[in-house]
Amino acid sequence: MSIQFTVNGRTTTADVSAETPLLWVLRDVLNLHGTKYGCGIGQCGACTVHLNGQAVRSCMTPAASAANGRVTTIEGLSPDGKHPLQIAWREIDVPQCGYCQAGQIMSAAALLAKHPHPSDEDIDAGMNGNLCRCGTYPRIRQAIHKAALMQAKAPAAGAEKGGI
Amino acid sequence: MRLTRRSFLQATALSGGGMMLGLYSAPKALAQAHGQPPFDARAFIRIAPDGTVTLVARNPEIGQGVRNMLPMLIAEELEVDWKKVKVVQADLDSKYGLQSTGGSRAASNNWVPMRQVGAAGRQMLIEAAAKMWGIPESQCYATNGRVYDRKTDRSLGYGELAATAATMPVPDLKSVVLKPANEYKIIGQWTPGIDVPDITVGKAIFGIDFTMPGMLFAVYQKCPVFGGKVASANLDEIKAMPGVRHAFVAEGTVKVGPVIERDPGLEPGIAIVADTWWAAESARKKLQVKWDDGPGASQSTQEFAARARELARQAPARTLKNDGDVDAAMKSAAKTVEAEYSYPFISHAPLEPRNCSARFNSGKLEIWTTSQQPGRGRELVSKALGIPEDDITIHSLRAGGSFGRGLYNDYMVEASYIAKTAGVPVKLLWTREDDMTHDYYRPGGFHFLKGAVDGSGKIVAWSNHFVSYGEGEQFSSSAGIQASEFPSGFVPNFAMYSSVMPLILKTGALRAPGANSQSFVMQSFIDELAHAAGKDPVQFRLDLLDHELAHAGEKEEAYNAARMRVVVQLVAEKSGWGRRKLPKGTALGIAFHHSFQGYFAHVAEVSVTPNKAIKVSKVWACGDVGSQIVNPTGAEAQVQGAITDGLSELMHQQITLERGKVVETNYNQHQLLRISQAPQIEVHFLKTTYPPTGLGEPALPPVIPAVCNAIFAATGQRIRSLPLASSGYSWA
Repeated sequence: MSIQFTVNGRTTTADVSAETPLLWVLRDVLNLHGTKYGCGIGQCGACTVHLNGQAVRSCMTPAASAANGRVTTIEGLSPDGKHPLQIAWREIDVPQCGYCQAGQIMSAAALLAKHPHPSDEDIDAGMNGNLCRCGTYPRIRQAIHKAALMQAKAPAAGAEKGGI
Repeated sequence: MRLTRRSFLQATALSGGGMMLGLYSAPKALAQAHGQPPFDARAFIRIAPDGTVTLVARNPEIGQGVRNMLPMLIAEELEVDWKKVKVVQADLDSKYGLQSTGGSRAASNNWVPMRQVGAAGRQMLIEAAAKMWGIPESQCYATNGRVYDRKTDRSLGYGELAATAATMPVPDLKSVVLKPANEYKIIGQWTPGIDVPDITVGKAIFGIDFTMPGMLFAVYQKCPVFGGKVASANLDEIKAMPGVRHAFVAEGTVKVGPVIERDPGLEPGIAIVADTWWAAESARKKLQVKWDDGPGASQSTQEFAARARELARQAPARTLKNDGDVDAAMKSAAKTVEAEYSYPFISHAPLEPRNCSARFNSGKLEIWTTSQQPGRGRELVSKALGIPEDDITIHSLRAGGSFGRGLYNDYMVEASYIAKTAGVPVKLLWTREDDMTHDYYRPGGFHFLKGAVDGSGKIVAWSNHFVSYGEGEQFSSSAGIQASEFPSGFVPNFAMYSSVMPLILKTGALRAPGANSQSFVMQSFIDELAHAAGKDPVQFRLDLLDHELAHAGEKEEAYNAARMRVVVQLVAEKSGWGRRKLPKGTALGIAFHHSFQGYFAHVAEVSVTPNKAIKVSKVWACGDVGSQIVNPTGAEAQVQGAITDGLSELMHQQITLERGKVVETNYNQHQLLRISQAPQIEVHFLKTTYPPTGLGEPALPPVIPAVCNAIFAATGQRIRSLPLASSGYSWA
């Protein structure tokens, strides 16, 4: 079937079966490789994208459920790579292998949209679905706090201007 | 690499006026005698006429930050601005010498030669400037990508000098002058990962992201039992499915026996090649295969435990070490302790599942992979598919984690076989389930220990019957033990025995192989003896390490007890050991371990509820990895990662075999630590006078026993079997 949706601000059509996971539509049909495959069962969060402003696991989201929806991937989180989270991630030097980090950042963006000043507990709750096999958790925590501060100082550059 | 007298440098002029500088070395035979390939002809430094400096990172990047660390060493001595350096990943080529990631060796193997490459380049650029100006070299100095005349302050950029520099005589490696540490500008500076900007916008290319024109997608279904063959399959039905272009059976080349060799070859299976990966995977779900499981189906982990106890009651098959008179010392000791320790098989489970792209054309094979040992992969592919090594090209791509998994190249063989057979370029991608059920598992093991302390509280006797896997004198891959394993050499009456059971399963090195399991056993049992002796666990350890005997054993370097003592003292001080009042149910535990040239001691603060919910609130990690931390951000990250990794192994990870099939298939059954469970981690590095060594592994082993020892201190419950979840524990 032909599915029409908006990906990173662009109207896109993909000719795939209805049950094809959104992840594979993004990766193999639209060549957006930033979103990663890790487990296929919603356990690791490496495939996290935003669908209509909500963080979803694209490996378990059938393409049909994205029809006419608004999808944001790591490539479209900000037009210039300067979302506060992206800046904080670079300054804190969060990634090790980096494979999970697109999913981490997309989950963190959804978290910040809901909790502009997240506590450690908010971070635990918002980020617990994202595994990092390299163990970058202490820096993820630090970077989210830093991004929240940056966002508070310059709200125009905040998440609402990004893809959510 | 080992530098030899015959290592030398050679410069090459680049077309267009630039220069290349390569580090060459000794004849192949000599280097191979040291077990390592030689550097040969290829540049590590490229300077373009516009001054752009490109440095080559020769080792595969698996998340350990080697793409920063290696070029930083060159850039420091070359005197260039790190912010302007470009880094390129080396393809597999003997020109670069050793290109293997493993054993935490990148720092120690590269510390001297990579700096020498940079220093030689600097020297040649200075000579070029001196020649162009007609002044003595001693009147020139290099900094920040330019050579200056001390008298007039005139200067020339490296780009302007490159063409002339390439014609300068290449200095002998021994003659190049390296900078003193107090002049470092790049080494020792917090230097964020060069790929991090791309990672944060989704542009970094991992193995799984590689594409090429005309590429199709492949899946490969193997028998759930290792080595099992396809008896029959509904291939006609599969070939008719949407998007499927090819489906075929591979006979495979592996031999199944009581010990599986490290690189068994191509495993039998069914390949499906389709227009998209999802089409291939969807077709696979319709596969109906009749498998001939073979002898692997006779094995279950539950039976291993029973068999291990049987073997422990019998005379050991081998004596690995026998110092003093253990039996006599046990008899005359003040107290003896006996205990049985065990740990499970576990999976590497890097977040990026195995994948590999391959193209076979006119007899030539080209491979894109995340292997840690691409050279070994090439040998294996050559052997399994009958393609000469010279006709195989390997490109290294960034790996989404590895932890030792990439030391094995089974998936490279599969992708190559599929590309060759189907006659199309393919990307093979395993599912998570493939990855977890066809791993090279960290072997489980059993230790039957007896120890004794004398009236003064010193360990006087230690005996260990290690029951592992293998056949005869051969251990399964990574299932052995060193006769020098601590506290071997530190206890006057010391015996180590082993017995083995056959294992039809691939096993291999997982981050800190050997150490990640031995440390749990040895440091826990030492803790038991400390309590039996009525001694403080830190003091007991310091006393044990207060020993003249620094043994060499089979390990490459002697165990330097003095270095370890300092690390133990530091971690005790930083954690407030013995000086803090902790609430009931909360306690500290300590452990140390020397592995992969590094000395680490950790203290864990752990609270345990009555229903066995535990929280590791903080871990203090102290290490001695020599005189210089090359990149502090990478170093701290490796320690944080190793501790997180250890905690995952501690609580949940366990691979069980049922009639040869791996039961756990995904992260819900073989769990990783999550952010809410992650402790605060405080890292301290001692600065010593020893040469710098690596950090990928040595910080992992002590965390597991440190937490177990804290659980004992908090509850009186001794942990002798992993994972904790099997004994009813959970994260709070």
